[in-house]
Order: sequence, then C-alpha cells, then structure tokens
Amino acid sequence: MNGQAVFDRLFGAGGHNVVSDGLFLHGSAKVGANSVSVIGTIEHAAIDGLLALRIADAILQVVRADAAAGTPPRPIIFIADTQGQALSRHEELLGLNGYFAHVARCTDLARRHGHRLLTLINGEAVSGGFLAYGLMADRICALPDAQVRVMDLRAMSRVTKIDLKRLEELAGISPVFAPGAENYWRMGGIHEIWSVDDNWPERLAAALSCASDTDDRAAIGLQRDGRQLAAPTAQLVRDA
Amino acid sequence: MNGRRISYFEASARMRLSGLVDAGSFSEFCPPEMRLTSPHLARLDAPLAFDDGVVVGRAAVAGHKVLIAAQEGRFNGGSVGEVHGAKIRGLLDKALLERPEAVLLLVDSGGVRLHEANAGLIAISEIMRAVLRVQAAGIPVFAFVGGSCGAFGGMGIVTRMCAEVVMSEQGRLGLSGPEVIETVKGVEEFDSRDRALVWRVNGGKLRRALGDATRLVDDLIPAFRTAAADLIARYQLQPFAPASLDTLLDAQAKLAGRSARFATARDGREIWQATFADPSRVPELTVDEFNLQLGEAA
Repeated sequence: MNGQAVFDRLFGAGGHNVVSDGLFLHGSAKVGANSVSVIGTIEHAAIDGLLALRIADAILQVVRADAAAGTPPRPIIFIADTQGQALSRHEELLGLNGYFAHVARCTDLARRHGHRLLTLINGEAVSGGFLAYGLMADRICALPDAQVRVMDLRAMSRVTKIDLKRLEELAGISPVFAPGAENYWRMGGIHEIWSVDDNWPERLAAALSCASDTDDRAAIGLQRDGRQLAAPTAQLVRDA
Repeated sequence: MNGRRISYFEASARMRLSGLVDAGSFSEFCPPEMRLTSPHLARLDAPLAFDDGVVVGRAAVAGHKVLIAAQEGRFNGGSVGEVHGAKIRGLLDKALLERPEAVLLLVDSGGVRLHEANAGLIAISEIMRAVLRVQAAGIPVFAFVGGSCGAFGGMGIVTRMCAEVVMSEQGRLGLSGPEVIETVKGVEEFDSRDRALVWRVNGGKLRRALGDATRLVDDLIPAFRTAAADLIARYQLQPFAPASLDTLLDAQAKLAGRSARFATARDGREIWQATFADPSRVPELTVDEFNLQLGEAA
C-alpha cells in the first residue's frame, strides 16, 4: 500500500497531514481525540547521515514543542520502511554509526519526557536502519506484507559458508535467522502483526494504550517460544 | 597479570579484562563452567564457546567498583547472538541494581551473529536500550575499542552511545565494515585490502580527530587501564549527567555541521587537512604527538 493510502486508512482521510519530503516522512495526526506525531521514511530508504539527522531533529522538535507548550507529551509514531543503512565510504568516514546512536539517544529522551513511541513497519525493516529508531520504540507493529530481516539467506550462506540448502531447511523449523515478520514476532522483536482485514484505527489506539516504557521483548520471546534463552540468561547475570 | 608489554590488539578478551582491572578483583558472572553455549550454532554444527564469546562480571579499577564485559573477537568475530547479547544486557540491568562507578564495555565485534541473525539484531537493540537506561540513571558506560574486529554493525552504534570511547590507533569503529561495502558497492567504493585507507576511514586517529573517540591511547593494555582509571576519577569529580534536550540539540548541531563541512569527503586525509597544520605527517605521529597537536588544533 502506498504512503497516503496507508495514512488515510490509519487516521482517516483528512485526519492527518502526513507528507513526504524526499525519503523523509513527517506530520501530525489524530488517534481518537489525541494528537500524535508521525516520523519516518519511505520507499525502502537507505538511511544515511542526513536522513538520520532529519529523523532525530523531528523527534527533538516534538519534545521541545510539547515541553514549551506544557501540553501532555504526544505519542510518536515511527513509520519504518528501510533497506538498512546507506553503504558508502563517505558515510563511514563521517561515522554513520554515531548518527544512528544520536537518533537512538533522541528516542530515549522522548521516552524519558513521557512520549509513547510506537513503530509501524510499512514495507521493509532491515538491519542497521531498523536499529536506529524502529527497534527503539515501546511497541512495534508490522503492517501486512512487512519484510523484516538482517540479511537474505543467499547472502547469509555466502558469509557464513553454510550451504544455502541447509539454511533453507533450517529456516523452516527455526525462527532464529530466517527473514520474516512472523519470526520476529515469535522472538518478541515485533509485538503485533496486523492483517489487511483489521480495523487499523482501533488497533492503533489499542497498541498505543498498551505501549509501556519497559523493554519486555525478551520475556515475550520466551512466552512465544521463539527466544528461550535471552530472558533466562539475562536473569542469571542479574542474579549472579 | 603484568600487562606492561602486552598489545591490547593481540590479547584475548580475558587477558584484556584481567589487565584492565585490579589484580584479583574480578568475579565472573555465568563463567565458562556453566557452559552457556549457543544452541543455534550447535544446530549448524558450528564451533561453540562456553562463554559464547563474551566475559561479564564485577571488578575494581584503581579501587573503584565497575561492571565489565569483554567480547572475544577470535570467536565468531565477537558477534552478538542470543546468549552473548543477553549476558551484556543482563550486566547492564545489574548496573541499575548495583550502581557501580561505571560500566566498561571492551568491544571487539563485527555486530550481529548471522547464524542467529534475528536473535542478534533484537539483542543489540536490547543492549542499546539498556545502555540508555543505565546512563539515564546517571551511571556512565565507557567503550574500549582496540581489538582485531573493531566495533562495527550494531556494536558500532552501541559504542557511540557510550559516555566515553577509548580507542587505540589500531582500533576501528564504524557501521558497515569495509568488506561489506566492497562486496556490495565494488572495490572502487572501498578497497578493503588497502589497510592504510581502512585506518584513515575507521581507525582510532580518524575517530579521535572527529570526536567520536574521546581518548586515543597506545596499543598497550596498561594504557587502556590508565584511561579507564582516569575517566572514573573524572566522573567522580563531575558526576555523569544524562542527555538532556539541550545536550542533544547541541549534538544535533555538531553532527549537522560535520555533514556540511565534509559534505563530499571520502578519505581521512580530508579530515587531517582541515584539522592539522601538517596533515601529511598525521599517520606517523605517536599517540602523544597526535593528542598534543589535536589539542592545539582545537
């Protein structure tokens, strides 16, 4: 589904002013009676330093505006659609990892200021581009047909030198490395997967109301039987 | 251990750790005897490590209590899998309970472990959020980068979230490694075998010149130890303050300034030219000379 159609469906036509500018997307909308801020990327953006700075700036402006106005902190809805980080020597030279770390620190500032953070994956969520802000949210939801991965199996086979056939076999029984939103759901990395038939405004309101600022993903991954060791291992270290 | 002449780059994670902390002060959480190995590597018949490639525990540095993690770059490139990541996340959670003077991360990692890529990616995001929680509670996290794998992928992001980043010239810090960029974009974009170029893009001197590393030290374990002790002492005098709106607006302006100033730069030489009186000599400067000239330039 293209950008505007998604937002019309989420917020109702005329219920938002979300617009794109290049690969950057931003605006405000209503969920029920409450205002929310929308920030994200489109067209499977490769996130470079300048795009990361636009995301960070948008977050900081929401925090600043609500703090200055003394109004309740608005929820921020991240729209994640990224093929990952931009790959270039220029970006590496300038320290793209540091730009992403800055975005992550901005999400944390917003959280500490009382903004609820929700990610909607609309298209692709890949690797570093997903880490910078999408995976930093309190609650992470995948829209239908969302693609979520670190790397496709063919490339993984090249890097790990494990036969592609073997990886494909294992992908069928283990959620741990095969691409797919369903696998991330089982591991607790995605809280909800929405279907085309769902009432999206209702799901969005419900997701916002149950978003909490504690990172519960390891516990969820254990409940869903996708990550049996993350929560118990962290607990062992905490108790040591 | 006497780490006087031991190269940090060449040392194992356990050697680095024991050389960094006070003798006899280290107690390990979930030691190798517990055999917390990766079931995902086992399923692929890949080699296992009884600590899954990371050592975590409690120690003292110059008498100050710290929690510390050290990644082993020789095991799967220090990569973060489910167990490996959960050990670091658990250590950071523990810092909120124990309130050490600092958490030290001896990073030596290419990022996500591909054999368990989904678990690794989520684990790194959990580490990122845990670092933010710890620092929001006023406990600084320091990253140390001088190992053979550097700090790349998600661990490159984690490193830059830390209050301090201590690097050696041999250390490398970035997001996508040179090999990845060469594979995807071609050798003209980034020749990963050109070691001098790699160091001019990812190396410690470049990172220090841009301010991404806050200290540049010699490739010796005692040099890293001295930096750790100095930083802890400094934060005792001036307690760590979590990022505020103003500090992040300032950080935003600095990064925007960097992007504008070096809008087309592709080689560290362009950074040297803008920073040093005699840019051609930068590669051969000793750490002391480099730090001195950088101080003068600023």
